[in-house]
Amino acid sequence: MHIHRYERWWLGFGVGMLLVFLVLLAIAAFSSDINPPSGLGQIDPTKVAQTAPFDHPGLRKLPNGAYEAYYVAHVFAFEPARLTIPVGAKVTFYVTSSDVVHGFFIPYTDVNMMAIPGWVNQETHTFSTPGHYLLICNEYCGIGHQDMFAKIEVR
Amino acid sequence: MSEARPSPALLAENRLVLAHVYMSTVAICLGALFGVLQGIARSGAFTPPSWFDYYRMLTMHGVLMALIFTTFFITGIAEFVTYRAIPRERSLVVAWLGWWVMLVGTVMAATTILDGNATVLYTFYAPLKASPWFYVGATLLIAGTWFVAFDVFANVNAFRRANPGKPIPLVVYCAAATFVMWIVATLGVVAEMGLLIPWAFGWTSGINVMLTRMLFWYFGHPLVYFWIMGAYVIWYNIIPTLYGGNVFSDGLTRLTFIMLILLSTPVGIHHEFMEPGIASGWKMLFTVTTYGVAIPSFITAFAIFASFELFAIKQGRKGFLATVRALPWNDPTFSGAALGMLLFILGGFGGLVNASYSMDMLVHNTIWIVGHFHVTVGGPVALTFLGASYWLIPKLTGRALWKPELALFQTRLWFFGMLIMSFSMHVAGLLGVPRRTAAVDYAGAAATQAWQPYMLLAAVGGIFLFASIVTFAAVAIGTLRQNDKSASMAVAFATPASSTDTTPALLQSLYRWGLIALVLAVVVYAGPAGDLIRHPGYLAPGMRTW
Repeated sequence: MHIHRYERWWLGFGVGMLLVFLVLLAIAAFSSDINPPSGLGQIDPTKVAQTAPFDHPGLRKLPNGAYEAYYVAHVFAFEPARLTIPVGAKVTFYVTSSDVVHGFFIPYTDVNMMAIPGWVNQETHTFSTPGHYLLICNEYCGIGHQDMFAKIEVR
Repeated sequence: MSEARPSPALLAENRLVLAHVYMSTVAICLGALFGVLQGIARSGAFTPPSWFDYYRMLTMHGVLMALIFTTFFITGIAEFVTYRAIPRERSLVVAWLGWWVMLVGTVMAATTILDGNATVLYTFYAPLKASPWFYVGATLLIAGTWFVAFDVFANVNAFRRANPGKPIPLVVYCAAATFVMWIVATLGVVAEMGLLIPWAFGWTSGINVMLTRMLFWYFGHPLVYFWIMGAYVIWYNIIPTLYGGNVFSDGLTRLTFIMLILLSTPVGIHHEFMEPGIASGWKMLFTVTTYGVAIPSFITAFAIFASFELFAIKQGRKGFLATVRALPWNDPTFSGAALGMLLFILGGFGGLVNASYSMDMLVHNTIWIVGHFHVTVGGPVALTFLGASYWLIPKLTGRALWKPELALFQTRLWFFGMLIMSFSMHVAGLLGVPRRTAAVDYAGAAATQAWQPYMLLAAVGGIFLFASIVTFAAVAIGTLRQNDKSASMAVAFATPASSTDTTPALLQSLYRWGLIALVLAVVVYAGPAGDLIRHPGYLAPGMRTW
């Protein structure tokens, strides 16, 4: 089987670009810890309201100065519905669902993850710009899906 | 010049293929209606009535377009090319059985959606629990395609028995490879249905939500490649005949389809990058495998454009513009496929972003994704199939294409409509607009202000697309009612440019590669799926939230 010279160049270029992309993604992952949210913790969704720390959803400050925010997603709302975060705070969001699958997405940030019943997902973001942020469900969850949002103020 | 009268056997085969084309045509016309209504609803100009809400429309649109239109067309074209390239006496019983099983499944699933008992979108993510008949219907649709697959394989086997040592015709090879891949892929969704159906009937009390998602995407991404392989069958084997060109290389075409058999399935987890329960190392692995499946598309891009250029050179024309001018842009079938190829360039770039591990965070579940698959399945695939219908219906009925200039206009209108809609969706997605959401004003939140103009522009694109489908329906109906029965039913498929170029025997086999593909898929999925089976955690009883 004959492979034309130009085609070899083209495939070499294409495969080369894919390798470049992979190396860049790997550098981001290993040197800057840019990884997709992959929480591996499990929880009983029928007992979320009694399970710490989801029994008191909200923000808490850790001794090292970082923050943790615990959220419960359920049809068709997030708890807490409002949250205030100090400017510059590095926040790790923990989210679980007490019913069906939901999304957890803060537009204009890279906080974007799935909330699956039975699992706790997590993602860290540093809020350097003050303002009003929207937290929305970006996975279809039922008839009121478009009304499922919460507000976050960074100040 | 008059042709010999078509034989009764040929007419019987044509009727079968036409039955597939009828179904795909009805599906895309209805699907487009639900599509444009959603686009307008999202722009805020129209609120769907409570008795047929946005999500029911969205479920209908997704199922009709992604599952019914594409599947009926691909099964139909596969049968067509197989029968025409391997003329022999054959029974059509298995093929007709397949069509009927697909039809029963389609009607069953569509009824449950229309009466509001399956508003679960085309991905039917548990623990949303639809009517059990929705899952049974979807399973029958898949089961029907297996009959078609076995019919194609039976013809391949018959050809091999009758022609020992001779390679099977290239076009049949491509069609059969598409179904080898499809069998490997659909095992995933059938396994998922094995969990969902007893659960939906109430025979089991809970379901492993993450496992159903993983099985869905084991099937869901190769489904995309099923569509694309259907389009590639046409690009490689039929499009060159429209301008008197050739297949660039027999061996490379077969290699492309083998790579698609191998690499289409072990990629699905790139749809699940933002999910808990799957360790990030597995996600990195699936980035690599998904990048791999881009390679056969690189080969295809080269081969198709090389076929164009070889033709231009044969005509004594040289250079880029001369090549472009040499092509039959006024042929609606060519126009559909070629404009679809242009859209696929955008779709391919976007796809690499989506597959890129952490970069997917920026676009996951935003309307960028919707923009992406409208320049893949909605662009190259749909436009190729619409264009091919203009070629196929005359071959099946002997009736000349009604108003070819209208058909040509239809393909161009679709192209521009899709450019407008998809561009708006890509930009809006980067600004954070979610997909699958009836309204995106969030009680007038300030963050949504920048979104609204793009929703309006997307609706305008959607209206173009709907007008295009109305035009398609007019041409299809006009052709079927046409009195001019002068169209030739004869078909010849493209042949390789060089007859001296040999194809290695390794590339001639098919089923063996299917088996290797299955092993590869099982190996790649064993880790992440094994984690979910060992740690199922909570088993969801399911609920109805619509």
